[in-house]
Order: sequence, then C-alpha cells, then structure tokens
Amino acid sequence: MNALYSLLAVLALVLAGFACGQGAPARMVLATFVPYAAFAALLIGFCWRVARWAFVPVPFHIPVTCGQQKSLVWIRFAKIDNPSTRWGVVSRMAAEILLFRSLFRNNRARLSGGRLILGESASLWLCSLAFHWTLLLIMLRHLRLFLEPVPAFVNALERLDGYFQIGVPPLYFSDVILVSAMTFLLFRRFRDPALRYLSLFSDYFALFLLLAIAVTGILMRYFTRVDILSVKQFALGLAAFRPGASQALSALFLCHLLLVCALAAYLPFSKLMHMSGVFLSPTRNLANNSRSQRHINPWNAPVKTHAYVEWEEEFRDKMQAAGIPLEIENETEDAGNARTN
Amino acid sequence: MRDRVWIFAGLAFFVAALTCPAWYAVANGKASNKSKPPNLELPANQKECVAPAGTMRAAHMQMLIQWREDVVRHGDRRFVAFNGKVYEKSLTRTCLGCHNKEQFCDRCHAYSGVSDPYCWNCHNDPQTVAGSRTRSTP
Repeated sequence: MNALYSLLAVLALVLAGFACGQGAPARMVLATFVPYAAFAALLIGFCWRVARWAFVPVPFHIPVTCGQQKSLVWIRFAKIDNPSTRWGVVSRMAAEILLFRSLFRNNRARLSGGRLILGESASLWLCSLAFHWTLLLIMLRHLRLFLEPVPAFVNALERLDGYFQIGVPPLYFSDVILVSAMTFLLFRRFRDPALRYLSLFSDYFALFLLLAIAVTGILMRYFTRVDILSVKQFALGLAAFRPGASQALSALFLCHLLLVCALAAYLPFSKLMHMSGVFLSPTRNLANNSRSQRHINPWNAPVKTHAYVEWEEEFRDKMQAAGIPLEIENETEDAGNARTN
Repeated sequence: MRDRVWIFAGLAFFVAALTCPAWYAVANGKASNKSKPPNLELPANQKECVAPAGTMRAAHMQMLIQWREDVVRHGDRRFVAFNGKVYEKSLTRTCLGCHNKEQFCDRCHAYSGVSDPYCWNCHNDPQTVAGSRTRSTP
C-alpha cells in the first residue's frame, strides 16, 4: 500500500507538471515562483536541521566499532575500524562516506532445510554505491546549464560519461547505471516480504521521485527533444535572479523541473537528510579512546566526594591510637614517601 | 563543543556549493548579458536550411549520423529536403558551405556545454584550412 500511495503521489506531481505546461499563468508560476520557494525550503530546512544536530550535546565517545580496540602494545588493533586517533576517524568516515563501508557488511539470513544460513550480500552495497556516485555525476553534469562559461571539468565529466559514443546524442553511462541501480533498489523492497513490511511511504516516495526525475530527463535527452538554448537561458536566469519562462520550454521540461523542486523541498524533512546525517553520526565520527582518555560530562552536577586520603587525614589520630596501618605513616617524618600497600 | 566549528564549516561549504551558480554569475561579471544565448552567425547567402529550424535544432546530430550512414555505407549522397529541394549529403560541402563552424557550430556547442563531437576527427573546416588541405573531404 505504501508503494502504491507513493507512486500515486509521484504520478500526481508528474500530471501537475504537465498540466502546468499547458496554461501561461501556470507556466509562469512554475518557472519563477516554485524553483525559488523549493530552493529556499531546501537551504533553510537543511541548515536548520544541521544546526539542531550541531547543538545536540555529545559528552561521551560512543563509537560503534567493528574491530579490536587499541589496548596493549602486543595486541594488534584495527586502526580504521576501531580508530583511536583523529586521523583514524577521518579514514573511517571517508570509507563510510565514499565507499559505504558499513553497507558492505550487509549479509543475508535465510533458512535452508531448517538451518539458518548467513551469506554475503554485496548487491545492496554495489547498487547503492553505483546509484549515489552516478547521481553525483549527473548533478555535476547539470552544471553545464547553470554556469556560463562552462568550466572545463564539467565538459570533461560529460566526455567521460559518454565515453563509448553510442548513438547521438551520445548515451550517458550514468543514466543507464542510475536507472538500473534504482530499479534494483526498488525491486529489492518488493521482493523480500520482511523488507516490504518494513518499508514506509517515504522509502518508496524518494525512490519513485528520483526515478521519475531520471525518466523525464532521459526522455528529454534521447526521445522528445528540448531546446537546450532556452533551457540554459532559463537556468542562467534563475541563477541570476531574473527568471523568465520561455515559450520554447516544453511541458516535459516543466514536469522535470517540478519534480526536482519537489525533491529539493522534500529533502530537509525526509530520510534523504542522511546526506548530512552520515557526517554527524556520533557512533561513527568519534575516536574509540574512552579507556585511554577520560571524557568528563561537562554538565555533571558537582559531586561531594570524600577520598580515602581525606578520610585517613580526618581519622589519623584515632587510627594511630588503635594501631591501624596508615597509607601515609607520619606527615612530619615521611612526607612525600607514601607507601602504596 | 569543539566540533561545532567543523560542522558549521561543512554546512557553509555545502551552502556555497549549492548556490555556486549565483556566485559564478556574479564572479564572471556582466551578469546582465550572460544569460543571453550566443550570437549565432547565420549564412548570408541562404534563407533556408535542409530542414525547418526547429527540426535542425533538435535533431541535427541524428541527421548528420544518418547522412554518414548513407554516404559511407550505402554510397547514397542524394538528400531530398522537406520542400522538395535536392541537396548533397555532405557536412563539409553542404552544411559548412553556408555555415561557419566557429561562429555557428562551436559557439552554440560551447554555450550549451556539448563537448566537441567527433565529426571533426575526420572532417575539417573548409573556411579555416582553405588551400592547405591535408586530408580528403568525404
């Protein structure tokens, strides 16, 4: 049901985009007001959420680790999986953010002949890695529409993406990889009953929304064409705060635009905030040095303590009189020569 | 506490990256005329192309690849246009006979960020290499 509702929500957005493409006033609203509103929602919402997270106190080091902790010199420890230094943490976070290290550990439990079998399952890791990297590549490639003159690295990325020069306009491999990886991620949720039960509206909505954006973009590039000059003019106008909707912008383009705006506005309020959350996970971005360093909770109430030394000092005379051995025998004679037993 | 500096530095980087088109427009100056499309020089001697302008804008690359297919693989050089006119299927002689590569093809391609297509691996520009041809023009 969640899948159906989110599909319907995305289809409603698609239809709204096409409908807006028909009338002139709706085109104006969609091309001028909606992108700014969505972008403002993205910026403000994103900053607000990150700032909220930044002010959450993390007094203790609470890393969740997957390796031997640093202890005695002759026990080999996991420098990256169980970091004890800042550089260890940086490597661990880099592996997490760039290579999805923790997702690589994903394994699959299944029953076979009444026995539980735990197996490797790299498909989720591989597909999400492919999806995220191609998404980044596609977003960087879109800079060619927003920047004038086009920077050399954007052209280089475009050439790299169309390296095999299949067809005209050249087929982008990122498009193929993105859509296949997302299809896998979607069907992965459908296939496994347990996962289907766990999947929420927002899980499907993000996937369908991104798929719809990819499909409208692919349609515009390979099938029904858009006038790229007016698209670039429109994008540059948006960037320079002089928006204008040219008549040459097709309904499909406006649909693509509306979907992207929906994604931007939805992002700060959804699970897609993992893009900043991954940096701010206290179970990952802290060094596991709780044993070698003392982390004092800064807002601890002052506790009234009475250590043994103070206690001995208080009862020195009585203890000496009763013949009880003292840690510090006699202050006048043995000062600074404390025995430990 | 002391990590807040890093968090807000990261956030500032993200916001800067997200708003980079606006900064780029400001940094490049003349933001007013940057959003105008490039000045494409149209041929002086012809009023009409081999297809309507809209079709050419959207699908010239497909037409060119079709022409290459027809000429190189089938030896068919005759193109009957939408208005009945007959043209020779040739990038160098027909297209570049009227259009200027640098002021038409390259300007628009550079503006829209379409990297140099591989037409120029084989073809040369007759207006820049006139007289000093090293390759045959297909």
